[in-house]
Amino acid sequence: MFDIQTQLFEGQDIRFGPIDHEKDPGIESKWTHDSEFMRLMEVDPARPLSAAMLKKQYEKLEKEVEEDKNLYHFMIRSKADDRLIGKAAVQWIEWTNGNGFLRLGIGAAEDRGKGYGTQALQMLLRFAFAELNLFRVSAIVPEYNEGALALSKKFGFMQEVCRRRSLERDGRRWDLFVFGLLSDEWRNQL
Amino acid sequence: MRDLFRGKLVRITAEEPETYAKSEIHWQRDSEFVRLADSDPIQLSSAKKIKEWAEKRFEKGLKPDRYSFTVRTLDEDKLIGFFGLRIDLMHNEALVGIGIGERDFWGKGYGTDMMKLCLQYVFSELCVERVSLGLHEYNARALRSYEKCGFRLEGRTRKDILREGKRYDSLWMGILREEWLQMQNGDPI
Repeated sequence: MFDIQTQLFEGQDIRFGPIDHEKDPGIESKWTHDSEFMRLMEVDPARPLSAAMLKKQYEKLEKEVEEDKNLYHFMIRSKADDRLIGKAAVQWIEWTNGNGFLRLGIGAAEDRGKGYGTQALQMLLRFAFAELNLFRVSAIVPEYNEGALALSKKFGFMQEVCRRRSLERDGRRWDLFVFGLLSDEWRNQL
Repeated sequence: MRDLFRGKLVRITAEEPETYAKSEIHWQRDSEFVRLADSDPIQLSSAKKIKEWAEKRFEKGLKPDRYSFTVRTLDEDKLIGFFGLRIDLMHNEALVGIGIGERDFWGKGYGTDMMKLCLQYVFSELCVERVSLGLHEYNARALRSYEKCGFRLEGRTRKDILREGKRYDSLWMGILREEWLQMQNGDPI
């Protein structure tokens, strides 16, 4: 029997849940007013977003989930007080090839460095490999995102591609890495 | 000034939707071609669908971050392939994909000529800092051609593609503006 009793969406301090269309837009709007968060999450130009803009984005996201069938999206919440902490996703899934990309962000500065990212990635990997049955996952990480680099290494991802000088920020060019983890490599760590 | 649209073997064109649809239908049926060119299973499309898709692309006007061109041979004026560019305007990077649908023109230097034209267009007209592309490990012909054009292999995503029970890597290549300029032997741009 497989491990049906260990909950997929429950971690030690956090849980994965759906979007709360009432409460989440306001909280994420606060995160987007921190340019560091925006620049670490996106390679598109950082810009603050209002709750109304985010509401539209969530609606678009849910439509995409329904229509494209190659995206799984989670809101990360604290188990203690159900507070929104971050977002996680497996995206751009190619079902025929069994591959996909991971995305993870902890929103508020005061919630970073507390191990929430580690717990979220652990849950996301189990979801990708043990539930979606993917063969491999990738993560795209810019050279300047030290937190994501450390996290990828911690989970045994291999740096597979270095796209030299792909990004421009603060007047200089930066490399963009692609990290990869195969299902066997993940299983051997358990 | 350089002729941006003319290489040694091919020239860059924009085809009418009907003409393009006719070729595209013919190319899509060549499964060897589509399995070299793409990682998704191909959906065979009708002429109507391809025409609509081609028309939809310029319905809202030309976009500054999307360029898709077709290519004809210089000697017979035959439509043999296409290339597409997506530009990241913030980071000045271009992603390119090319294909020769007419298999009689494989392995004869047409692809290399197309890619050289494409690089010349991107670096001298669109002013990007780098150009990127991806290919499948089993497409050795493409790898050689891209290397000839000056692309460097920047890594491989391991066992990315599943074909008939076996897994293959995806290869990722890039060329920087300064590397391309060095290859131009001081020709004026």
